[in-house]
Amino acid sequence: MNELLAGIGDAFSLLIALDPDLLEISSLSLQVSLTAVLIAAVIGLPFGAWLSVSRFRYRRSAIAILNALMGLPPVVVGLIVYLLFSRSSPFGVFNLLFTPTAMIIAQTILVTPIIASLTHQTLRELWFQYHDLLISMNASKWQRMKTLLWEGRRGLLTASLTGFGRAIGEIGAIMIVGGNIDHLTRVLTTAIALEVGKGNFPLALGLGFILIAIAIFINMAVHILSKTEREGTW
Amino acid sequence: MKRIFAASLIILNGLCSAAFASDMKLAVTTSFHNSGLSAILLPEVKKDLDLTVHVLVVGTGQALNLARRGDVDAILVHSKKAEQRFVQKGFSPYRREIMYNDFVLVGPSLDPALIGRTGNIGEALTRIKSSGQPFISRGDDSGTHRKEVSLWKISGFTPKKFSKHWYKPVGAGMGAALNTASAMNAYILTDRGSWLNFKNKQELKLLYWGDEILYNQYSYLPVSTEKHPHVKMTEAIELENWLTSSKGQKMIAEFRIKGEQLFVPNAKSSP
Repeated sequence: MNELLAGIGDAFSLLIALDPDLLEISSLSLQVSLTAVLIAAVIGLPFGAWLSVSRFRYRRSAIAILNALMGLPPVVVGLIVYLLFSRSSPFGVFNLLFTPTAMIIAQTILVTPIIASLTHQTLRELWFQYHDLLISMNASKWQRMKTLLWEGRRGLLTASLTGFGRAIGEIGAIMIVGGNIDHLTRVLTTAIALEVGKGNFPLALGLGFILIAIAIFINMAVHILSKTEREGTW
Repeated sequence: MKRIFAASLIILNGLCSAAFASDMKLAVTTSFHNSGLSAILLPEVKKDLDLTVHVLVVGTGQALNLARRGDVDAILVHSKKAEQRFVQKGFSPYRREIMYNDFVLVGPSLDPALIGRTGNIGEALTRIKSSGQPFISRGDDSGTHRKEVSLWKISGFTPKKFSKHWYKPVGAGMGAALNTASAMNAYILTDRGSWLNFKNKQELKLLYWGDEILYNQYSYLPVSTEKHPHVKMTEAIELENWLTSSKGQKMIAEFRIKGEQLFVPNAKSSP
């Protein structure tokens, strides 16, 4: 219990001092996870929309696999990305291992199925409502997808935020492909693991509280900017 | 498509990583890093050589693996046999001894196995085993883990056959293993540096040290340019020369935690 209080204390003293290391690792955490979510949304939103308006032979298996991929184990994804970008591997020449780019790639792989799958689930319901209208208007598949994506934007925002939640708190993959290098690839989660390893629980907890605060802040900011959950739109 | 992918990767990489005058990647063991010595040495290296050393903190097993694949430029590890095999196989041109520290046995402050008054490490380990007190093993193929297994073997035991009721391989780094030991109030083999810097000691106490066999030699191995032409050999050798220089060796000797010297420099003038 005392350690929890000490952790809160450490979190505040780091924040008040605006510790430069803290700012660096926090901004890298945000940079990596937000970029990964952005890329994953660019891939996952259209793919999810396409799945909900398309009917094809193996649709059911495709959806089942996509849903299963939401639970991809981060350590395995990290290991695969590591093996792909290791110097002895096909993509080794890009020299991407132990860079934020490699971390973004790993997190994109983790987040894309989440966004795609949640998008599909949200838009499938909408598609039932809009089906007759869109068919009668003779809308092309692309127009149908666009309409659904626009009408379902609130739900899709939640899908993207879920993906962000997965990314910002993730450690298994980025530890392997990023390497937790000080001033280069150290982010909040890997810094926390390092402090736990040193037995420095208060600082680890402090960093943890800051991580949670950032996640809350991002979610609130998105809701305020997108004007959801306001009075009158309840 | 492939080309676009490649181009975007390179652009992304350019955006994300700052340009350094000169840098290299060095994999070090957790025990070295947790001691805090790297935080003292590396800023000096930066000042003297204008060389930024990116440190990857891993176990000796993973460090050797990273070097074998050419993902780092050099490694600083402590497992002599594995290092010699590594050089034999041509993954590194040579190993250069830098310094040593020592392993210690840590355990419950009441010391129910009475290892504090033993004459040698074999007797201490035998007492822990026959007392049935919990013992935490790293179990992660790291240098410290390999050392621990070899100590049991020298004492006439085979850790693989130990009952898991008291012998617990946790498969984790030094810090995590120490956390487990302090939570279970168990015995554990650790290096002195990690122990002195460890902040979650609870009831644990330093109980046994000093047997010569517990000395722990750290060596520096640059990665072979024959196997991996892209590795930064020049920088790796610059760093080696700095570590083995009189200034580097002096800084290692003068490094203290709570008044205690941790590392004894012992680099010879040529590899």
